[in-house]
Amino acid sequence: MSKLVAPRDVLGETLIKLGEKNSDIVLLDADFSPASKIQAFKKRFPDRFVQVGIAEQNMMGIAAGLSTMGFIPFASTVSVFCSRRACDQVTVSIAISRLNVKILALYAGIFVGKNGASHQSLEDLAIMRSIANMTVLQPADALETKEMLKFAADFDGPVYIRIGRDPVPQFVPDGYQFQLGKALTLKNGNDVTLMTYGDLVGDTLQAAAVLEKQGIDARVLNMSSIKPIDEEAILKAATETGKIVTVDNHNIYGGLGSAVCEIVSEKMPVKVRRIGIRDEFGRSGSNEEMKQRFGLSAAHIEKEVVSFLN
Amino acid sequence: MKRNNTDTEKLAEIANRIRIKVVKMIAQSGTGHLGGSSSIAEILTVLYFRIMRFDPRNPEFEDRDRFVLSKGHASPALYATFSEVGFISEDLLSTVHQIDSPLQMHPERGLCPGVEMSTGALGQGLSAGVGMAIGAKLKKKSLRIYVLIGDGEAAEGQIWEAAMSAPNYKLDNLTAILDYNKFALSDRVDKVMSLEPVSEKWIAFGWHVIEVNGHSIHQLIDAFERTQKIKNKPTIIIAHTVKGYKIPYYEDQAFSHSVSFTEEQVKKALSALGCSVEEISETVQQMKGRE
Repeated sequence: MSKLVAPRDVLGETLIKLGEKNSDIVLLDADFSPASKIQAFKKRFPDRFVQVGIAEQNMMGIAAGLSTMGFIPFASTVSVFCSRRACDQVTVSIAISRLNVKILALYAGIFVGKNGASHQSLEDLAIMRSIANMTVLQPADALETKEMLKFAADFDGPVYIRIGRDPVPQFVPDGYQFQLGKALTLKNGNDVTLMTYGDLVGDTLQAAAVLEKQGIDARVLNMSSIKPIDEEAILKAATETGKIVTVDNHNIYGGLGSAVCEIVSEKMPVKVRRIGIRDEFGRSGSNEEMKQRFGLSAAHIEKEVVSFLN
Repeated sequence: MKRNNTDTEKLAEIANRIRIKVVKMIAQSGTGHLGGSSSIAEILTVLYFRIMRFDPRNPEFEDRDRFVLSKGHASPALYATFSEVGFISEDLLSTVHQIDSPLQMHPERGLCPGVEMSTGALGQGLSAGVGMAIGAKLKKKSLRIYVLIGDGEAAEGQIWEAAMSAPNYKLDNLTAILDYNKFALSDRVDKVMSLEPVSEKWIAFGWHVIEVNGHSIHQLIDAFERTQKIKNKPTIIIAHTVKGYKIPYYEDQAFSHSVSFTEEQVKKALSALGCSVEEISETVQQMKGRE
């Protein structure tokens, strides 16, 4: 297994590189930079680092204003506060006019240390997916995070990037380049397709490995482009493998599972099993405890797939 | 580049024309925010005809001063002002609120030339102005940012987040204007959510405060000129205004907030604003055409 790196650990160095190439890149922080690991950017470009304090609504508005002055603002803080707290600011100040603001949404999903329900973003994909003009992404690992930030800096329009908290191995191949609206096949297979993103890629791949030993050949897709989503890959999976299992680090309402169902139910109806948090709030606890309580571990995924196929 | 030196009387005439256009737009649309548009006519006139730098032939002129109408529902006054300065044609005003019109009920950046920020969800414009002001300083531009907020709007928490942040960044290139017409949507501000002591609040947050009669062209010009000399802190001009100013029946009334005129009310309003019989009759005919 490759070295474990947290996606957030590469934010500072990647943004510095992008900032060196493009002097219009500015960074905004709502008092979360020690956790989002972007302080190196502040040191390198003190003038281009705007500390907003714990005021996420103001941060989104300031980012909007900066973008109208020709800057490319990356506004960063905890994902719940980027989405739940600042939803209206993201919608009206940023998205309506398609302003060029990038939102770095840290501590995405249920794995937030022991911070518990108030800090777990189980709604942010539903919120962001339903805002017109918004692009919604989550990288699977550190390399994809770097590539996604490069993409976001070049892309003209608002982008919401959900970033996991904890270290993960590299899943995307060396030399990987992020492509908007494209799924990445992590494992081929024709019996069932497992679709996921972010922190649960590792558990999903582990589940697929166990399934393979049982003679179930699962395809695994990294759906890092959650909106726009790879409709072609979804329909191909529906055609070639029939059943689809989605694994969401999010409420089952409004996340990847919903996005996949929206496509197949209209164009190629197949059965979909949605794994995710089943419309309840999270708890304080370790990642492992969360996985056990909410059915997100490799073993849970594997069991769900087996029961779904039988 | 434009810096008009039109005299006070001329500016008062422009403010009057803005009110006439507001009344006509609302008559043609069938609905609109009259009270809060009428209260800001002099403020917009002074800003666009005396204070701000911009190029009407090139609304995107990079070094232009920026204006954000945070109380976006007062867009009829903004659109009327845009037609006066030449950002948009006067003909366009009759399309206000129509589905394909650039003149939506709440202004959208990118749809209508001159609109610097999409607003309408109250409380958001001042933050955007803070961002613009930081951006101008980063780009070492001498341009200035003006943000007009409403008094009812100032109940929004985000206004105070922005109010706390602008002095923190020493944004002396930012001027806020409070349209203190004393009314929120449902009732008088002091009954809905009192702003008082309003000056003390802004001073305590670190702003330079100037209070004026928001319908006095002379006082507004003087205040805006003074803001340009204040260093290291932002300024707010607390403009005491009257909701529905100069519109008979609607003046100083909560129900002037959003109105649907009767023919009689349009006739009275336009007549009070000095329109000719022919002009009034034309507007009434257009109202009938809409029906």
